[in-house]
Amino acid sequence: MRKVYNKVISVAGNVITVKASGVGYEELAEITTRRGKSLAQVIKLEDDLVSLQVFAGSRGVSTSDEVRFLGHPMQVAFSEDMLGRIFTGSGVPRDGGPEITENLIEIGGPSVNPAKRIIPKRMIRTNIPMIDVFNSLVASQKLPIFSVSGEPYNELLARIALQAEVDMIILGGIGLKFDEYMKFRNTLEEGGALNRSIFFVHTAADPVVEGLMVPDLALAVAEKFALQGKEVLVLLTDMTNFADSLKEIAITMEQVPSNRGYPGDLYSQLASRYEKAVDFEGAGAITTLAVTTMPGDDVTHPVPDNTGFITEGQFYLRNGRIEPFGSLSRLKQQVNADTRKDHRAIMDGMIQLYAQYLETEEKRSMGFRMSPWDDKLLKYGKLFEEGMMSLSVNIPLEGALDRGWSILSQCFKPEETGLRSELVKEFWPETVQAEELEAAEETV
Amino acid sequence: MTQQTGKITGISGNMLIVEFEGTITQNEVGYAVRGNERLKSEVIRIQGNKAFLQVFESTKGLSIGDQVEFTSELLSVQLGPGLLTQIYDGLQNPLPELAEEHGFFLPRGVVLDPLGGDREWHFTPIAKKGDVVRAGDYLGSVPETQFKHYIMVPFDFQGEFTVESIQPQRDYSVKATIATVKDKKGQTHNLAMQFSWPVKLPVQAYKEKILPTEPLVTKVRIIDTFFPVAKGGTYCIPGPFGAGKTVLQQITSRYADVDIVIIAACGERAGEIVETMREFPELTDPKTGRSLMERTIIIANTSSMPVAAREASVYTATTLGEYYRQMGLNVLLLADSTSRWAQAMRELSGRLEEIPGEEAFPAYLESRIAEFYERAGLIQLNNGEQGSLTIGGTVSPAGGNFEEPVTQATLKVVGAFHGLSRARSDARRFPAIDPLESWSKYKSIVPAEMVQICRDFLVKGSDVRQMMMVVGEEGTSIEDFVVHLKSELLDSVYLQQNAFDKVDAATSTERQQFMMEKMISILQAEFDLTEKEEARTFFYDLRQRIIDWNFIEWNTDEFKKQEQMIDELIKGKVKNA
Ligand SMILES: Nc1ncnc2c1ncn2[C@@H]1O[C@H](COP(=O)(O)OP(=O)(O)OP(=O)(O)O)[C@@H](O)[C@H]1O
Ligand SMILES: [Mg+2]
Repeated sequence: MRKVYNKVISVAGNVITVKASGVGYEELAEITTRRGKSLAQVIKLEDDLVSLQVFAGSRGVSTSDEVRFLGHPMQVAFSEDMLGRIFTGSGVPRDGGPEITENLIEIGGPSVNPAKRIIPKRMIRTNIPMIDVFNSLVASQKLPIFSVSGEPYNELLARIALQAEVDMIILGGIGLKFDEYMKFRNTLEEGGALNRSIFFVHTAADPVVEGLMVPDLALAVAEKFALQGKEVLVLLTDMTNFADSLKEIAITMEQVPSNRGYPGDLYSQLASRYEKAVDFEGAGAITTLAVTTMPGDDVTHPVPDNTGFITEGQFYLRNGRIEPFGSLSRLKQQVNADTRKDHRAIMDGMIQLYAQYLETEEKRSMGFRMSPWDDKLLKYGKLFEEGMMSLSVNIPLEGALDRGWSILSQCFKPEETGLRSELVKEFWPETVQAEELEAAEETV
Repeated sequence: MTQQTGKITGISGNMLIVEFEGTITQNEVGYAVRGNERLKSEVIRIQGNKAFLQVFESTKGLSIGDQVEFTSELLSVQLGPGLLTQIYDGLQNPLPELAEEHGFFLPRGVVLDPLGGDREWHFTPIAKKGDVVRAGDYLGSVPETQFKHYIMVPFDFQGEFTVESIQPQRDYSVKATIATVKDKKGQTHNLAMQFSWPVKLPVQAYKEKILPTEPLVTKVRIIDTFFPVAKGGTYCIPGPFGAGKTVLQQITSRYADVDIVIIAACGERAGEIVETMREFPELTDPKTGRSLMERTIIIANTSSMPVAAREASVYTATTLGEYYRQMGLNVLLLADSTSRWAQAMRELSGRLEEIPGEEAFPAYLESRIAEFYERAGLIQLNNGEQGSLTIGGTVSPAGGNFEEPVTQATLKVVGAFHGLSRARSDARRFPAIDPLESWSKYKSIVPAEMVQICRDFLVKGSDVRQMMMVVGEEGTSIEDFVVHLKSELLDSVYLQQNAFDKVDAATSTERQQFMMEKMISILQAEFDLTEKEEARTFFYDLRQRIIDWNFIEWNTDEFKKQEQMIDELIKGKVKNA
C-alpha cells in the first residue's frame, strides 16, 4: 500500500510541493481535489520536499488535498484494442469507450542503441512532387512542417498519412483545436484508415501540463508496435505547444531561461522525442511527421530553430505550398539514387533554375528591362509553380520527373540547364505538346 | 583507502545533491546505487559536506536517502591497443557489445570493458633492461590494424624510471604485465599495455609543441585551396541547421590525408553516425587498401543519450586522439557539434544555479572552449619524432547567427573558420562555405598569388552583382558582366563540389593544383565577347564542360579528351591568342 499525504506545502504555477519520503524521481502521484482526480509527476526532490507537476493544473488545489504516490512512473497501455480509439494526454479514453489497462508500459524509455539502428532506405511515396521529387520522405525519418497558423498543415499531415504505405498511424495532438481534431478523425475515417490509427489528443481546452505527456505516450506505443515489426507513422501537432508547456514549467521552477524564456534544455527535450524515430534492425520502423508553427513566421524563434537542428530536414508550408527553399529532406539521398537515374539531376537542376527565376522576378518587380534569358526564367518559374509546387498536383514520382523534363524543354536549351550531358541525351523530350502536359494532370 | 560513501539529499534532472563525510575530490567518479543498478556520476561541485554530482544516466526512480559510492578516481578512459575500429558512447562504453548483451535499448548502469578484456596482442619489446624511461616513452609495440601501436610508459608517471625487466616477444592480453620499472625511490611498478588517463586533463608526455605548417589535405577544394587546415591546427565550421556541417565532416572523415580519424558525434542525430558506422567497414581507404574503419574510432553520444555523458564525450575523444599522437601519428578529431557540448555545460550550470552569462551559458564557457582547442597541436615527442592532433569542430549557432557566445568564443581560438551560409545552402551551392567571410591562418596547397587572384574575382564579381541589383543588367558594362560570369564560373566549378559523386567528392592535391592553373588562365584571359547574351552562353557552356570534367577520373584518357574540348572552347573565344 502506497503512502498518502494530506499536506500540500506550496502551490506555484502548475507545480505543487508536498512533504513525503521514499518517493522516486519522476514517480507518478494521484491528487484528489474538489475538481476531481488528476495525475502528477515528480520533477524535483530535495530533502523531504517533493515537487510535482499536476497534469490537470493547480487550479482548485487546496493545502489539505490528498496526494497518493503510485510507486511507478507514467505508463500507458499497449494493445491492438487501442486501434481506432481516442485517448487524452493522460492516456484515458476520450471517446467514451472502455478503459484499456492491459500490458502497461513505461513512457519515455531509454534511447535506442545506435548499433541497433540501420540506415534507412525505404522511400515513403506521397504523390506530392515537392516531396517525392525534391525532398523524398524516408521511413524512419523525423520531419517537421514549419508553418504559421492558418496554413493547411493539418490537412497536409492527414493527406500524407492516408497516402503513405504504413501499417499504422498514431496521432499525438498537443493543444489541438477541437474542430481540427474532428477534421483529422473524419479524414482518416473517410479514407478508411481510422481502424489502423490511435489518437492521443490534448486539446486547447485541456490543462496545459497534460499536453506534455502526449508525444511520450504516442511514441512509447509506436515503439512497441515497431518492435513487433510494424511500420508506424507518428504525427505530432503542434510541437510548439509542447515547447510552450515546457517553458511554463521551467519558469515555475525558476530555471534560468536561455532564450526568450525557453529552458536551456529545450534542445535535449525535443531531441529525446524526435530521436524515437528509428528503423530497427530486424524489426519495424517509426517515422515522425510533426507540425511546428513558427511564432511571427520567424524560423530563428527558439522552437523551430532547435527543431531544425534535431530533425532530418523540414518542409516549409507557406501560402498553401511546400516551399522549395529551406525545405529539405536530409535522408533523400538514401533513396533517390535508386528511383530513376535522372531523379537527382532534375531535383538539383530545377531548384537552381527556380532560384534564378526568383532573382529575375525581383528585378522585374523593380522595373528592370528583361533580357531574353530573363524571359526564359519567367516562363520557367510560372510552369514550375503550377506543375510542381501546387499542392493540388497529385502524381507519382515518375510522372513528376517526366513533367520536369517537359517544363525544362519548354523553356530552355539543354546546355542552359546545367544538367549533365548524358542525361540530357536520354531524357530531353524531342517535342513537347502543352496539351499532353495538361492531360497528365490529375488533381486531388 | 577506505571507500567513501554518501547519501542523496536532492535530485533535480540529472543532478544529485549528496551528503558525505570525509574527503572527496572535485571531478571524482561516484556511483548512485539503486537496487543492483549503479549509476555513474561525476562530482562537479563541493560545498561543505554536500557534493553535487552530474549523473551520466537517467535518474528516474532514484530516491532521497539512496547511497552514493565514491571511487576517488577522476573520470578516465582506458588506453591501449584495441581502440581502433571501436564505437563507443561518451564514456567509452562499446556500443556494439552493449547491443549484443542488452538488445535494442541502452541499458542503465552497465559498464563494459572498452578494450575487449582478454583479447591478446603480439608484443615486441623496444626498451631493454636498464634503460631509463619517462612518461610516453616506448616500451614495445604491437601491430594494430595497419599501425605499429606503441606501448608506452603511462602518462601519469612523473620523473625517470629504470626498466627492471621487460617481457619477450609473444602474445599478451592488455592487462598482463609486460614490463617492470623502478622509480627514484626504489619502488617498482608493474606495467601493462593498458593504462588510464583522466579525460579532462591534456596529455603532455612530449618534448614540446611546435607551430603547425604542413597542410592537412581534406580533398575539399574550397578548403585546401582557399581556407586550408594544417596538421596539428584547429578549425571550426559554424552554420545554421541544414547548411552542410555534418556532410562536410563526413566527407572529411573519409578522404582526409591523415593516419587516424576520431569522430565525436556529440549530441547530434543517431542516424548520421549510424551511416558512418555501417558504411566505413565496407569502404576501402585508397591509401592503404584497407577498410576505412581500421583507421577510425567513433564516439557516439547522440542527442537522446544522457546529457552529462555528452559533455564528457568531447574529452573522451580528445584523449584518444592525444594517445595516438604520442605514437607519432597524424590524428584528426572531428567533433559534431561543439554547441551541443556547450549546451550540456549550460544545462549543468543552470542546475547548479550558477550566475548565467550571455544566453545563459556559464561564465567559463570561453575558457573551456579555449582549453579544448588548445589540446590540438603538432608536437615533438621525447624521441624527436613528430605527431599531430588536428581538431575540427562544428558549431550550431542559435538562429544561424554567428554573433552568439559559442561561435564567438571559438573564433577567438581556432586557426581557420569555415563559415557556412544559409544563402549558399539554400541555393544548393555545396559545400556552403562562404568564400567571402571565411578565413584561414594556414598555408594553402597552391601559391598565395593564385589564391589572391581568385579572391579578387570573387569579391569583384560579388560587387558587380550587387550593382546589377540596382542598375540592372542593361546598366552594367560588358567588362563588368564578364567579371561576374568569371566569378560565377569559379564558384560553380571550383568552390562547389558534389559530395555524393564518387569522383568529385575528393580532389587530390595534384588535381587541385592543376585545376587552379586552368582556372587562373581562364580568369585572366581576355575574351572576345561584346554581347551579354553571347557571353552568358559561352560561360554556361564552359561551366557545363568543366562540371562534366570534374566527374571524370583524374588523368584518364577521357579526362584528357574533356580537357581538349575545354581548351578548344576557350581558344575559340580568347582574344589574339
Ligand atoms: N556537400 C554537399 N553536397 C550536396 N548536398 C549537401 C552537401 N552538404 C549538405 N548537403 C545537403 O544538406 C543537407 C544538410 O546537411 P548537413 O546534415 O550536413 O547539415 P548540418 O549543417 O549538419 O545541419 P544540422 O546543424 O541540423 O546538423 C544534407 O542532407 C544534404 O541534403
Ligand atoms: Mg549536422
